[in-house]
Amino acid sequence: MAETHSLQDMRQQAAIAAKVFIQRDYTSGTVCHFQTKFPSELENRIDKQQFEETVRTLNNLYAEAEKLGGSSYLEGCLACLTAYTIFLCMETHYEKVLKKIAKFIQEQNDKIYAPRGLLLTDPIERGLRVVEVTIFEDRSLGR
Amino acid sequence: METLGHKKKTTPRRKWQVFPGRNRFYCNGRVMMARQTGVFYLTLVLIMVTSGLFFAFDCPFLASNLTPAIPVIGGVLLFFVLGMLFRASFSDPGFLPRATPDEAADLERQIDAANGPSGPGYRPPPRTREVVINGQTVKLKYCFTCKIFRPPRASHCSLCDNCVERFDHHCPWVGNCVGKRNYRFFYLFILSLSFLTVFIFAFVITHVILRSNRTGFLSTLKDSPARYPFTGENVVVCFFSVWSIVGLSGFHTYLISSNQTTNEDIKGLWSNKRAKDNYNPYSYGNILTNCCAALCGPLPPSLIDRRGFIQSVTPQPVSHSNGSSMYASTQLHTHMCDQEHCIQNTKFVFQAAATPLLHSDPVMIGGGGPPFPGKSSLGVPCAASLAPSQPSLPSSMPGLGCAGDMLSLRDPDTHCHHHHFPSPEETPLPPGPMPLTLPCAAHRGHMNPAQLYDPASQDSLHEDSVRGLVKLSSV
Repeated sequence: MAETHSLQDMRQQAAIAAKVFIQRDYTSGTVCHFQTKFPSELENRIDKQQFEETVRTLNNLYAEAEKLGGSSYLEGCLACLTAYTIFLCMETHYEKVLKKIAKFIQEQNDKIYAPRGLLLTDPIERGLRVVEVTIFEDRSLGR
Repeated sequence: METLGHKKKTTPRRKWQVFPGRNRFYCNGRVMMARQTGVFYLTLVLIMVTSGLFFAFDCPFLASNLTPAIPVIGGVLLFFVLGMLFRASFSDPGFLPRATPDEAADLERQIDAANGPSGPGYRPPPRTREVVINGQTVKLKYCFTCKIFRPPRASHCSLCDNCVERFDHHCPWVGNCVGKRNYRFFYLFILSLSFLTVFIFAFVITHVILRSNRTGFLSTLKDSPARYPFTGENVVVCFFSVWSIVGLSGFHTYLISSNQTTNEDIKGLWSNKRAKDNYNPYSYGNILTNCCAALCGPLPPSLIDRRGFIQSVTPQPVSHSNGSSMYASTQLHTHMCDQEHCIQNTKFVFQAAATPLLHSDPVMIGGGGPPFPGKSSLGVPCAASLAPSQPSLPSSMPGLGCAGDMLSLRDPDTHCHHHHFPSPEETPLPPGPMPLTLPCAAHRGHMNPAQLYDPASQDSLHEDSVRGLVKLSSV
């Protein structure tokens, strides 16, 4: 759902060479945080800094979604008082941030990853387990 | 091409219709519960009957003699109790969706790489990963059914046949698992229910006392069954409920304040008795923060997207297309039978995945759709229609051909399905999964038999498959 028509066309036409999975990093607990280690399969496709920047921004966005603070407590208390019926009308803070993340990933795909023959899949489509990076065959190398 | 045409005729299905596991869905996927819901209905009946009797027989007296606020408060409490009960019962507790075949294959590769080469007779360590969280070493276990490494605090519920994040327990009274997403509803349910039972209990007793003040205690009791039926029943139900539910609320209040789950508490994972420096790495330090985090923290979204539509990501029009078939294979996986069959079949898949992956170049990995896409659609009724019977390991090639096809169905990424053949021969398999393969022969009309009988490639991978099997059979 985060893909544009051009990306879908690309996927249909291009052959998938490999998929790389960026796993979750649980060292800071159960918060959603992905490993920033640069996978070796992407070495000749994308700049390491660029990739790590993407993952770091993703991690920050997820941290923002799960942040415990005044606003989240207020939302929680208000919801509890209304017996959670308030969520029939408005969406939760987490859902708002998830939309932001979807937009961010689409933007990254359009600007950075698609031109390099890569495709990021939104982690929510993989149950927040992995960031899936699909590597397409590089036709320009005549493979 | 026929698969495309076939797809156009069927209406798009929602993901809940093919969701793996033992859950029930109602209202077009909006409501999800566990398979056994009998006790949930009992809970509902008990609450409704007791409250109904209270409102019908005690409230008129109390409203007129004490204050009309009593039925109002009772009504608000009842509304809250039912709301929380429905929220806890009907929502997704935090199920983790199962891994896609690509993910599972990638993990398997990583596990093999980590374990290193082994000779025959080598016993591999169990599939765990260790993570240090806030200074405590936590073991992440591999779930064979869901094919993922479980996040910390997650556990696989055998009743629902799914991994649940922050698994607390499976509550039959609520008819659902209690996990990350519905723990606060469950807690608020038992808390408000304890208030409601105490409230009803107190006011029923008050009613009896007030009445007996007027007419004498004994005559009140005599009249009571006739004029105020079931007062005794109310008292009895409330009395027992008070002790059990108030006790449960107290227990969960303790769990929340120490940020533990029932599962962790029962196992004594973070108690000092295990080790001197054992502490809970998830606790925020003080009781108030723990409570606020559990009850007022952000509500995580459902990861299973049960009302979403199943998208076949890329079309499978040509038999040798390399498009991703992840969703198609997800559909296949969901029609697996029991958990035990699942585990056995998963072992099959790993044998299959491990062997060619040791040799294949990257092109194969992400690779592609099933070599015979027609098989994918046939595999589904195949797996679903089976009745387990007493099998024997088929020694005939057609049976093995079937096994190979089943393997390739479940692991469509591995292009070279004919490599799977040595595996069934070697495996000292319990009879479980074999019957699944036998009826397949009937469906495999269009299969090219020549490819199945390829001895050359079998020999070359024989040793590796034995290696892979020795590893797996000891897990």
